[in-house]
Amino acid sequence: MALDIKPGAFPDFFRDETFRDDFTFKNSPAAIRRFPFPFDRDDYMYSVNMEPHAPGKPGSVFENTFDVDEHYVSEMIDRAKVLAEDPLRCQSLPHMTLAGWDLLELIMESNARDYPQWFSLTKNGSQWHWVNRPLGIDHAFTFLDDSTLPYGPMEYITRQMQGDFSLQDERDGSLWMDAGMITTQADWSLDFDVGMNFMEWHAPVPLAHEKQIFDRALKFLLKLQHGSPVRRFNWTMTINPLLDTSPENYPKWGPTKTSLTPENLGHKQHLRVELQALYRLPRSNAIAFSIRAYLGKFEELVTVPKWGRRLHRVVRDIHPDIAAYKGFLRNRPAMVAWLSQHDDGAPTSPGFWPDL
Amino acid sequence: MSGGAKLHVRVAQVVPVNDLIKRFRFVACDGSPLPAFSGGAHTVVEMDDHGLRRLNPYSLMSDPEDTSGYEISVRRDDAGRGGSLYLHSHVVPGMEMVLSHPMNLFQLDGRARKHLMIAGGIGITPFLAQIKQLAHFGGRFELHYAARNRALGAFMDDLKSAHGDRVHLYFDDEGQAIDLKSLLNRQPIGTHLYVCGPKGMLNWVRNTAAAQGWPEASVHFEEFLAPGTGQKFEAQLAISGMTVTVGTHQSLLEAIEAAGVDAPYLCRGGACGQCETNVLHCDGTILHRDHWLTPEDHAAGIKIMPCVSRFEGKTLILER
Repeated sequence: MALDIKPGAFPDFFRDETFRDDFTFKNSPAAIRRFPFPFDRDDYMYSVNMEPHAPGKPGSVFENTFDVDEHYVSEMIDRAKVLAEDPLRCQSLPHMTLAGWDLLELIMESNARDYPQWFSLTKNGSQWHWVNRPLGIDHAFTFLDDSTLPYGPMEYITRQMQGDFSLQDERDGSLWMDAGMITTQADWSLDFDVGMNFMEWHAPVPLAHEKQIFDRALKFLLKLQHGSPVRRFNWTMTINPLLDTSPENYPKWGPTKTSLTPENLGHKQHLRVELQALYRLPRSNAIAFSIRAYLGKFEELVTVPKWGRRLHRVVRDIHPDIAAYKGFLRNRPAMVAWLSQHDDGAPTSPGFWPDL
Repeated sequence: MSGGAKLHVRVAQVVPVNDLIKRFRFVACDGSPLPAFSGGAHTVVEMDDHGLRRLNPYSLMSDPEDTSGYEISVRRDDAGRGGSLYLHSHVVPGMEMVLSHPMNLFQLDGRARKHLMIAGGIGITPFLAQIKQLAHFGGRFELHYAARNRALGAFMDDLKSAHGDRVHLYFDDEGQAIDLKSLLNRQPIGTHLYVCGPKGMLNWVRNTAAAQGWPEASVHFEEFLAPGTGQKFEAQLAISGMTVTVGTHQSLLEAIEAAGVDAPYLCRGGACGQCETNVLHCDGTILHRDHWLTPEDHAAGIKIMPCVSRFEGKTLILER
């Protein structure tokens, strides 16, 4: 039994594109307009920027619990390739299977409700029937019975979901990253972090510890309640539309940082935004963390004049330690030079939404 | 709004379990399934007690996979502030009520090779749900459950008939007591210990385990403190710019909420830490009753847990 993806449905919506080799990924004009631009002001510093993950503006990435967009099918094909090369990108410690079922339930119920044209879930007691039309999956299984799925429940459902997921067990007053599907990560490794607690896996982040950001964030998360998910943004910079910027593959993508020229920068340099959401899971009391990466080419983002101005100012003025941690200190001068062409010095409006 | 999303339910059943305990069953008002939950979870029940808004936590005792309804059991406390009396006297089938989503401060450790459970009296309720959860997903457990006498040993017959020699019963008035030292001594490596019951039992079990070298992380306990009664007092809320009067049968947190100030909370029993509030000025004595703040915090008098702690004296100013 395996999970055979048979894409091809809804070709007018789901793009056929690549995140490797010839890098044919790009955003449609509509996708640029709904890009989750993360800067609500002209400067940036770490903060515990969490807010309720409530359904938001129609058409925006906040409209539904999980955002499924035009890149969905191609991202799932890319994930399957990453896993074929390195199965350790998906791991679940033995006590985390129940949390995996919780996650499967959350995703299937949300997507069947929010995207009835693409997904359906029919339940007859514990006999469940799941249909994922974009990926050509039609599967009957028994809820909470691992033997009826081709993979563990977390791997099964996250092979069908954009974005990375980690599952945190709660014990001893901390959260422990004891399971995850991590293939679209900003230079961190599940294989390295699995089994670590909240303070351990955040240890490398500069500046934020001094500000007690993580003490406050942990205290906040331990109180996270079922039915009241929260979200925040994070962001970094990526050369080429490469989803798998993993430490394991650093030799393949690290050297591309030297490939920028003033001519190719707008096309090759991407702002990578992570929409992160946290959900308390019902049966396991674990916390699911979804990390959904959006890539936007600089040349795409500056088509929104407000974002062009603001991105220039943020990159220009950011603390060098943060630029170094996010891996773009080396290229910052080139990025600032390119972006400055799109900043006329005019004031920007508050908030991150595009101006009309 | 503090307290997260709410569940709107209707009382489906009120069943006397014995002279002191009643069991309540809630179903969703709109007939939809309630969320599954994890064994050991509690829900906060909102009550309008003749104009006084009470929010009391009770452990969920029903099967966590039974999404058709939730059950709690409440022991009547004739000397308490009135939450249990309200439930016993005024809550009847058909009434609509509001519950919090389940939350868990007493969960099973999924890594345990064995779960050793020690319950005293009404402290049995979280274990009822945990045992049902273990029955679904596997896991070895052993329950030692003490009650004052046979008449007050709630759910003992059900437990005994379902789980046989995994359940050990003790009755105070028959001179029976858990042989704790020898029980803890013979547990296999990887056992986790859970205790829920009166404060004396908690201290006894935790101290005995500590003396035998049990790792702190393998010993789990839950005790919801009732806020308790006390003298009427006033507190000034510096941020909100108002003064609240806390009645004899009211908690400081309830008085803050009654004044329209949205204060954070979760367990409302002095355990979770969410309502921790800075004290800006204190001319008098804070009566600390929580087990969240450290003894050093209590002595310093610069923090208070308004869900259970009170004040006696002249002036109390809070950063709220």
